[in-house]
Amino acid sequence: MMAEVRRDPAALSRLGWALVALVLLWPLLRLADFQPGVLLDEGNLRAMGHFIGGFLPMETSHDFLTLLGKAMVETLAMATAGIALSLLLAVPLGLAMTRALSISRIGPGRQAWIGTLVRALVRVLLAVLRGIPELVWALLFVRVFGLGATAGVLALGITYGGMLGKVYGEILESTDGRAARGLLEAGSGRIAALLYGLLPQAGGELVSYTVYRWECAVRASVVMGFVGAGGLGQLMDQSMKMLNGGEAASILVSFLILVLAADGLSEFLRRRLA
Amino acid sequence: MGFSLEGVGLTHANGFRALHDVDLRVAAGERVALVGASGAGKTTLLRVLAAALRPDGGQVSLLGMEPWTGSPAALRRLRARIGLVHQAPPIPPRQRVVTAVLAGRLGQWPLWKSLASLLYPLDPEGARHELARLDLGERLYERCDRLSGGQLQRVALARVLYQQPDLLLADEPVSAMDPALSELTVALLNEEAIRRGVTLVASLHAVDLALRHFPRVIGVKDGMILFDMPASQVREAQLRELYAAEGGVPMAGVAAAADVAAPPPLRCI
Repeated sequence: MMAEVRRDPAALSRLGWALVALVLLWPLLRLADFQPGVLLDEGNLRAMGHFIGGFLPMETSHDFLTLLGKAMVETLAMATAGIALSLLLAVPLGLAMTRALSISRIGPGRQAWIGTLVRALVRVLLAVLRGIPELVWALLFVRVFGLGATAGVLALGITYGGMLGKVYGEILESTDGRAARGLLEAGSGRIAALLYGLLPQAGGELVSYTVYRWECAVRASVVMGFVGAGGLGQLMDQSMKMLNGGEAASILVSFLILVLAADGLSEFLRRRLA
Repeated sequence: MGFSLEGVGLTHANGFRALHDVDLRVAAGERVALVGASGAGKTTLLRVLAAALRPDGGQVSLLGMEPWTGSPAALRRLRARIGLVHQAPPIPPRQRVVTAVLAGRLGQWPLWKSLASLLYPLDPEGARHELARLDLGERLYERCDRLSGGQLQRVALARVLYQQPDLLLADEPVSAMDPALSELTVALLNEEAIRRGVTLVASLHAVDLALRHFPRVIGVKDGMILFDMPASQVREAQLRELYAAEGGVPMAGVAAAADVAAPPPLRCI
């Protein structure tokens, strides 16, 4: 029998951690030199207004729109190919990382340390993959493959593989594991337990996170365009360098369209899976 | 090919000692009911018998095998031969009934078959057959979150029937059903065990159900076996002692004495 506990045993540590978080936050804000007041300074307001004013009117000439459409398709292709490549990394690594499908947890007990070691190594590998920003990978690959989308796709695949793998593993772990556990206890294998026990519950969340990452990949491929990886970013880079605000505005509107499309797709898929 | 426990003890991770020095020997084809107050250790005992929990002391032998001394592959094969009906059905709400029932054979099917069956159910007639015995045959392609608690419990039961285990375990399998349905369902479990000649162990909240349907009744209290005897010899004083902490002996209480002599007709196909 356990001793009787009168107070909530978790209360003290909760209060402690909340205080630690507050105490840490203040010096961090100071260190970051966070001074939002500067934004409202009169000279700065005028400078910003001038910059934004240069964006109008938008560039809508036929030639430019053709160019824009081509760049948009290129960006979409880069983001999609990058996500597809990242799935090749993320799915196996995410599965290897999650504890929800650990058979050693429900016995046999022996050799459980092997599973723990593998999960720790996978965690480190995923951290390395996503710890290096895609821009750095892109700069590296542009030197190998030259200007163009190949470098961008590879960079996206590596970084996003790290991100997706980590989040896949954590989504699966935070899913109610009783169904999968019940199947494992009835002799089912790990992959079957994943498909029959975990995915029916976690599927919606996995899809919506993947689509969100695809949306991020669209934006990231734009940033990588600045270093020569093709697509809308390269176009944006040229327009900005030529101080052509109208073109930049049209490019921004096409970003917005892509992001809204990703949002719509995510909503549609979630509804289908609900 | 029954099972035996010798001096089995188990302490949960939170320090709660759920089983003390349990000795239990059940022969192949026996049908045993576990009764006892909530928290007495019935679920833990059933999970030990399902090779799902490893005791920290004593000897376990299930279906002629020692689960915790062999290889992981042997343990997995053993687990595929044991079917446990969980008290809370471990079925994802968005899964269809047919998939939930077919999942009973994942331990026997090769991986390709499990994958293929997920895309297109490979044995819907097998699943429908088990569901029909539980009066749910027409719900085959519905989603499990459209079912009531009692219906979901019957789907979970259909899964274990479809698994066709050599050791059939049930943890309060009728807790979400009304008394009449409980009666039918417990009778069906017994009928299945007799027909296939397999061992059946079920924990039941309602003592009268246990006494009516099972030849052997085991009273569990504070992680120990208080009594273990033929149902006909269980006396009221023993039951009072078993449920002393709950202040009364729980009964399902629908079936009158006449029903015991002639159980209601079953859908046994």
